[in-house]
Amino acid sequence: MKNDWPQWEIFVRSEAGLAHKHVGSLHAADERMALESARDLYTRRNEGVSIWVVRSEHVHATDPAQSEEFFEPSEDKAYRHPTFYHVPEGVKHL
Amino acid sequence: MPAEYPLRFGDNALVLAQRLCAWVGHAPVMEEDVALANVALDLFGQARLWLSYAGELEARGRDEDALTFHRDAREFCNVLLVEHENGDFADTTARSYFYDLWASLALGELTRSGDERIAAIAQKALKEVRYHLRRSQDWLIRLGDGTPESHARMQRAADGLWRFTGELFIGDRLDDEMAANGTGFAPERLRDPWLERVHEAFSAATLTVPAGTWTQRGGKQGVHTEALGYMLAEMQVLPRAMPEARW
Repeated sequence: MKNDWPQWEIFVRSEAGLAHKHVGSLHAADERMALESARDLYTRRNEGVSIWVVRSEHVHATDPAQSEEFFEPSEDKAYRHPTFYHVPEGVKHL
Repeated sequence: MPAEYPLRFGDNALVLAQRLCAWVGHAPVMEEDVALANVALDLFGQARLWLSYAGELEARGRDEDALTFHRDAREFCNVLLVEHENGDFADTTARSYFYDLWASLALGELTRSGDERIAAIAQKALKEVRYHLRRSQDWLIRLGDGTPESHARMQRAADGLWRFTGELFIGDRLDDEMAANGTGFAPERLRDPWLERVHEAFSAATLTVPAGTWTQRGGKQGVHTEALGYMLAEMQVLPRAMPEARW
């Protein structure tokens, strides 16, 4: 039975203002069931204020075999990090 | 105020919760297993609030645990509908749907109770029950408007439980008294809105609303089906065998 149901990826926003974060996946017949199951599986300990569900097949991912060209070129670009600024004494929340 | 009034609402929640718990580990899919357990936990939470209040009103030193584990079937005043056995998933869905719909209407009335404690418990429980109703109604429609087999099972389940739904709308002397003094409501008032919603949902589910009008009753007065005795035996055996048992 379960094999007939598509898989869904679940994203939960933990509080207003924050981004939705991927928390896991589940199987459901449609988006309504996916939202209800997500509510019961992933927010039962007060983890969230908003839920997104996305059919797993609609998520396109990078290919691990192409990690070199995708990710390694950024490793040695230290100047892209904001590490060359002087932070004045006494500045908080930075 | 008679302790029996909050006790009735507490026993409904308690007995249905215990029934739903029996699905844990047996639900058709893992997602549903957790969801049913969540509903059961909500209902246990509601039962605790109602039973604690009943215990205080009774003033015989019985707390919610004593009322749960040390009363016999004759002293339980839940409606017969909720003690009905789980059956298949359609039976469980029909039982939950009929109860959730009634509970959402009943709790709505109780939020306007002149008794502050009752109004507060109803306020909290209503939010939970609205979600339970959303789920049970979704399943009713899915199964009714599903495959020929799920449709047939859902119809059979609704037909089988129908004779237990009438009791939800029959008031007795206590109901009259509570309605008159502004603490409660007259159960008869909920029948039409309940039936209207049932007709809408059954129509969406391509199911036929059962026609029978004969009603099984007695639960509120402590006269139960034998199913409750077996359920209580399982629920109560541990605290009765080992009264000092602690987690």
